[in-house]
Amino acid sequence: MNFPILSFITFLPFLAAVVMLLIPANRKTEVRGVALAAATIDLLLSGWMYLTYLLNHLTGYQFIETYDWLPALGISLKFGVDGMSAPLVLLTGIVMFTGVLISWGDYDEKIHLSAGIQDRPREFFAFLFLLAGGVFGVFVSLDLFMLFFFYEIAVFPMYLLIAIWGWVKTREYAAMKLTLYLFVGSVVALVGALAMYWTQYQNTGVLSFDMLLMENAGFSPVFQYIWFLPVFLGFAVLGGIWPFHNWSPDGHVAAPTAVSMFHAGVLMKLGAFAALRVGVMLLPEGAKQWSWLIMTFAAVAVVYGAYIAFVQPDLKYMIGFSSVSHMGLVMLGISTLNYNGLLGAGIQMFSHGVMTALFFAITGMIYDRSHTRQIPELGGMVKVMPFAAIGFIVGGLVSMGMPGFSGFVAEFPIFMGVWGSQWLVAVIASVSIIITAAYIMRNIRQVFFMPMPEALKEHHITDVTALDKVAIVTLCLFMIGIGLFPAVMVPMIETGVQNILRLLGGA
Amino acid sequence: MFTPLIFASILPEILILVLALILFVVEPFWKEDQRRNAGWLTAGGLFIAMIISLLFGQPGEPTAVFGGMIRFDWLGFFFKMLFMFAAAVTALLLMDHEKAGRRGEAYVMLLASVLGMNLMAVAADLVMLYLAIETASIPLYILAGFILAEDRSTEAGFKYLLFGALASTVMLYGFSLVFGFTGTTDLYKLAETLAAGNLSLPISFAVTALVLVGLGFKVSLVPFHFWAPDVYEGSPTPVAGFLSTASKAAGFAVLVRLFFVAFPGFAPSWTLILAALSAITMTVGNLLAISQTNVKRLLAYSSIAHAGYAMIGLVAFTQLGAASVVFYLAAYILTNLLAFGVVMAFSRVTGLETLQDYAGMSRRNPWLALMMLTAFLSLAGMPPFGGFVAKVFVFAAGVQANYIWLVVVGILNSIVGVYYYLNAMKYVYLYRMPQEDEEARPVPLTRPYAIALAALTLGVILVGTVFAPWFGWSDAAALNLF
Repeated sequence: MNFPILSFITFLPFLAAVVMLLIPANRKTEVRGVALAAATIDLLLSGWMYLTYLLNHLTGYQFIETYDWLPALGISLKFGVDGMSAPLVLLTGIVMFTGVLISWGDYDEKIHLSAGIQDRPREFFAFLFLLAGGVFGVFVSLDLFMLFFFYEIAVFPMYLLIAIWGWVKTREYAAMKLTLYLFVGSVVALVGALAMYWTQYQNTGVLSFDMLLMENAGFSPVFQYIWFLPVFLGFAVLGGIWPFHNWSPDGHVAAPTAVSMFHAGVLMKLGAFAALRVGVMLLPEGAKQWSWLIMTFAAVAVVYGAYIAFVQPDLKYMIGFSSVSHMGLVMLGISTLNYNGLLGAGIQMFSHGVMTALFFAITGMIYDRSHTRQIPELGGMVKVMPFAAIGFIVGGLVSMGMPGFSGFVAEFPIFMGVWGSQWLVAVIASVSIIITAAYIMRNIRQVFFMPMPEALKEHHITDVTALDKVAIVTLCLFMIGIGLFPAVMVPMIETGVQNILRLLGGA
Repeated sequence: MFTPLIFASILPEILILVLALILFVVEPFWKEDQRRNAGWLTAGGLFIAMIISLLFGQPGEPTAVFGGMIRFDWLGFFFKMLFMFAAAVTALLLMDHEKAGRRGEAYVMLLASVLGMNLMAVAADLVMLYLAIETASIPLYILAGFILAEDRSTEAGFKYLLFGALASTVMLYGFSLVFGFTGTTDLYKLAETLAAGNLSLPISFAVTALVLVGLGFKVSLVPFHFWAPDVYEGSPTPVAGFLSTASKAAGFAVLVRLFFVAFPGFAPSWTLILAALSAITMTVGNLLAISQTNVKRLLAYSSIAHAGYAMIGLVAFTQLGAASVVFYLAAYILTNLLAFGVVMAFSRVTGLETLQDYAGMSRRNPWLALMMLTAFLSLAGMPPFGGFVAKVFVFAAGVQANYIWLVVVGILNSIVGVYYYLNAMKYVYLYRMPQEDEEARPVPLTRPYAIALAALTLGVILVGTVFAPWFGWSDAAALNLF
């Protein structure tokens, strides 16, 4: 396997961004074509990488590439994926592909439908691809410096994407809030990472940011106890952990559709994943000491997020808070530090990513046509856009954790893990399942099956476009596929979990 | 006595002097509409001088030449290349300045100033150092007040002169104290004398403080920063860019050599003072930048804050610290020149420089907007631009030296920085002009701007991605200090 597939996947979006910027601004179709081509290639490559890992029953870190970048300080461009990160790379590929499809920006003269991105699509796709490249980079980096490098690249385009193309009413506020939250989190974690770097040097004489070496750096329990929280919480801010989740729903609501998909579908995983990889895996003793706090935060997020989602009249806020709740489940799974919990967290990251991307895509389609996201003002959508209705229902079933869908495969082990760790927390957190079922079903009924309000009929509401349908089918396929055949993902994440448990000392 | 080594050690300065003389002779014969070609001549000449110096003037082992007046080493050489590059870019940006671009004196002053800065970077004797600082400063006083027809330019020049004269006098007093107590002006001999510990603590504090007044003025440390916003705002924009980059870096070159080579004997006292100054400088610079509405004033306060970040590396007082300062300055020079270049290119066409006037700029010239985005994100410390790596290195040096509190202050400040830099970009990308007719009001770039800005943008991205060679040079420079 000499083909450097991971660096190809990571750097292709950057290359595509540069190519798009070189195209004259008025050649919008060409820009979209380049975007779609790059996204398709990335999806195929990440799918191929995923299948190779899965079908060959690989374990541990694979597809490793190492290039010395700054040997004097031990910085190397080291890429590799394990069972935990490979599904997330695939997830990024999926969200990138569908995100481009639904942002295509058809403009229909007859019915004044302007879906997708009309204004400066060149800059939009370029920034979106910078973001995507940064996300890929974080998932595949095995070098702490490079992880930060890509992490920051994944943060700042969000500001521009939301502020420029977002919802006029809240975009400036939401974009700045989001950026500041995430930047604060990442720099706090950066100080922790630098402390780890120098302490490793003191302990072992090795000057390196290589995370595989840092696993053996012999950090003292006191050091881990002090630095675990800054590092873990610094990253977990992006994972939407309560009480630092506040930026997330605001950001979701203000962002244009494709950015909401990226934000909820991939970026929040970025936070959870980095918190797991840097926080838990490099500072395992600290993780054991502080797991009670993380578990408390996560349990609150699960129930509180679900409750707020229940009372939201705005469709996007509803999904935004349901993301907080579902990401709370991921954190809950991580905080158990046991086999079941971590396994569930790994699957939930993928499952929630696909599900919430689908939700935001369909919400965007509805909003483009009806110009409202207030749930009471919507209705009767099943007649005009049956395809989207089916997609939304599939997403809803995943969200509720119905057997046969990926949500069940994910949530069941999480609750088993939590039960094994703290049964009381499992009982409290399970309340969220009921609330989730309630708001999902209520909203499906209102938006799709109630009669359409008179005010809405004037809007010439039309069916979704062919590209939208491709996006919906792609996303649904993955959710149902994993629900029916857990074997396409579970064994792989198991190998990742084994790796984490090894570091936790077989706990 | 005269060996090839001596010529090699001042080869860049000789070439700059020759270039200035050529300019003096040639320029009066040109017609009015050809005069701007002096910019091409200056930039091209400096570029050739850099190549010749790189080919024939590279230092080997650090050696003292001219009787110990000059230290011929990598630290000085790297800084010289930075100054000459900055001056070449400034010459390009100056070309199409309406009031200063067609006057040969401006370019000659620029070259004279670079000559002084080059000597600042290599001066190894207090007397030489003082002469170099004055050689670098006096042309800058003139350049700041170059546009006599404009009151604010004259004011800028005069203010800069008064502050500068005062600061350099105080510093000279500090130098004379050093000489009085030690009997030598050679930096490298000073180190031995001071290491013997024959300077009492109050005296060492006094010397540090006096010297810092002069150099703090150069690098605009708080509380010696008051001149910066007014002078930047009033002087011609390319000159402001040069002041905030090359002139500041020259100050740092002297700071590094002075403190690391001559004053390590009382390091505990000056690192403490510098740490406090660094924290105050960052905080004041950033907090005052938030409320600025004029882009040049905003960049002035931001450049004050950046002096504070760079100081963290000095405070660390390690080889990595020194290397990170040098690296930081290299990244900062490219970034800030780019920022001022964009401001210059924009105000040349529009004549405006408040933030509100930038509304709709991304539609008026998408490329210029992208370059501004590059510059501001790099200043904010975002990858893949030079500012990010530079900041991480400086913070790494701080953490290594156990100055975690200072790093935390730096981090809090960079959060403030992210806020106001992104806020400025909001005008460029988000807001529209009142008439929403941006497409009808393009902001064209003339060729010198296109060349200079493209080179700077590429440079900022290169420093931020392929940082190994840059760090290698910075590290080689830092090695000469220990």
